[in-house]
Amino acid sequence: MPRSLPRPLVAVPVALLLTLTACGDDSADAGAAAPETSASDAFPVTVTGADGELTLDEQPETIVSMSATATEMLFAIGAGDQVEAADDNSNYPEDAPSTDLSAFTPNAEAIAEYAPDLVVLSDDLNGIVDTLDALSVPTLLLPAAETLDDSYEQLEVLGDATGHSAEADEVVADMQDRIAAAVASVPAEAQGTRVYHELDPSFYSAASTTFIGGIYTQLGLENIADGAPDATGGYPQLSAEYIAGQAPGLIVLADTKCCGETAETVAQRPAFGTLPAVQDGRILEADDDIASRWGPRVADFAEAVAGTLQG
Amino acid sequence: MTTTAPGAAGTVVAPPARRRRAWPALAGAGLALVLALLAGVWVGALPLPPGAVVVTLLDRVLGPLGITLPGALEGTEAAVLMELRLPRVLLAALVGAGLAVSGAAYQGVFRNPLADPYLLGAAAGAGLGATVVIAWSPVQSVGPIGIVPLAAFVGALVGVGCAVALGTVAGGSHTPTLLLAGVAVAAFLAAAQTLVQQQNTDDLREIYGWLLGQLGNSQWSDVVLVLPYLGVACLVLLLCGRALDVLAVGDDEASSLGVHPGRLRLLVILAASLATATAVAVSGLIGFVGLVVPHIVRRLVGGSHARVLPMSVLVGGAFLVLADLLARVVLAPAELPIGVVTAFIGAPFFAGLLWVGARRR
Repeated sequence: MPRSLPRPLVAVPVALLLTLTACGDDSADAGAAAPETSASDAFPVTVTGADGELTLDEQPETIVSMSATATEMLFAIGAGDQVEAADDNSNYPEDAPSTDLSAFTPNAEAIAEYAPDLVVLSDDLNGIVDTLDALSVPTLLLPAAETLDDSYEQLEVLGDATGHSAEADEVVADMQDRIAAAVASVPAEAQGTRVYHELDPSFYSAASTTFIGGIYTQLGLENIADGAPDATGGYPQLSAEYIAGQAPGLIVLADTKCCGETAETVAQRPAFGTLPAVQDGRILEADDDIASRWGPRVADFAEAVAGTLQG
Repeated sequence: MTTTAPGAAGTVVAPPARRRRAWPALAGAGLALVLALLAGVWVGALPLPPGAVVVTLLDRVLGPLGITLPGALEGTEAAVLMELRLPRVLLAALVGAGLAVSGAAYQGVFRNPLADPYLLGAAAGAGLGATVVIAWSPVQSVGPIGIVPLAAFVGALVGVGCAVALGTVAGGSHTPTLLLAGVAVAAFLAAAQTLVQQQNTDDLREIYGWLLGQLGNSQWSDVVLVLPYLGVACLVLLLCGRALDVLAVGDDEASSLGVHPGRLRLLVILAASLATATAVAVSGLIGFVGLVVPHIVRRLVGGSHARVLPMSVLVGGAFLVLADLLARVVLAPAELPIGVVTAFIGAPFFAGLLWVGARRR
């Protein structure tokens, strides 16, 4: 059986956080509420995912995560021990129990084999949520976040669902602090730098309306993908000549693992050699996974981008 | 439009197109290709002054002769024109020409108006090759050649090779058997491609991007790469035009006129497949060009292969350059997949052509 965390240690920061975050509450109320949030007492709990409300009578101990982001979140909030199996894309953290379960072509029977008391998913493909419902397997659908706030909310929902609300609050607070620090560290002269975020070598990019684009907005950057019409759904395929014409001062490569792109390969592309980002060496070779997920490591990403702007 | 009565119009149209001289149509198609190429280099996501574009191009052409022209583009603008836009437009013309002429050749060999360059498993084979290396290849290139074009090229040839081998074993030079063999091989390879793709969902975006066709990464090296293969294939196909016309009369009659039907078919299929494999290698799967362009051309110059094949080269090139232009402009600065554009324009155009044809008859 998974180890359980020492409850009193959890309860103290919870009390502190409640005091800090609750608006208009006086401290006496917050202090009184604190003991109730210890993990085992918190159940039954009702959480809301994109597939509706879910009531968990007991703390789930056999979680199947069908979302690489959810896996990262679960481990970050200390619920890693409760994760019995994770899908084939869950490659972080290293001790994540990744299996050959496919989130893209999910198989309800293969999931049910783990006898999960909670299945977390990011996509409802092939009607998997309904199928799992039919098997009376509790599901929590947490789709791709569109903003950082969505991401924080999903962490909190997972915290509530797994009995780790306090750690979830800590993780959220830590992310907020680190992202705020990254934003503050961007030098004044780098404000408004044009950024080109590359999803693959055929110039697919991400506009400000997307989750990753929102990070650039927070950092005070101008995203060249915003020049594309809204009809392209936030992930337009740009052309090499448009990118060259926009002369970006920062290029972020989110295709280093998939496609082997590096600062050198970018510099060698036709007409890219004269771009300010190439000339000034402001090309961030990002981790594709971090840049395409909405988990806690997004703070690492924000710090990396801010760091490149200082260099 | 004229006010001629319908009956009179019918008699005006009556003389068959094939009695016309070939050169006005060829000259017209050549002009259309030149205009398409010019439009292609003039328009793009980065606005360039049209005059300066022409001056720059002339400057580069005359450069080796020691002549420099004032007013040429410089810096990023020059790089965009010379390194990005020009190779892309030229590659579009080459790919369009290759697909259209091989489509015309396939239609001639199989005497089937629905034949297209992808009929014998070239597309499915190339798709499988590209998907396999996108998913599993540890290297990005072999020497100067990218691994994806290489695998697509080999895959296309292997696909056609399997179909031809299977068809020959099963039915000799009987073309319907070869067609069916092509269908079987294509279905099998497509299934294998889907299987590999499902196992590697990380690479879906790249695989789909390739399957939908792309010219956005065109470089001079691609142009140089495809030119010899396309050149040889087109030359062989153009030289086979007369013989295909003889073959159209019937196998026995062709034999008595000194044409060996089986060998001719094999030669044309191999040349057309080489052109297709080359086009597919650098641009992915661009549909409809190879099907529609030969039909457009037949409306213009009649059914003779000696005319349809060279016209298909010119019209196919112009068609794909214009389709790529639309792909770049419609959502600018974002791009549409070129395969979507060719089908989006090609299909209604084709339907209109059929409708007009039906009314004439």
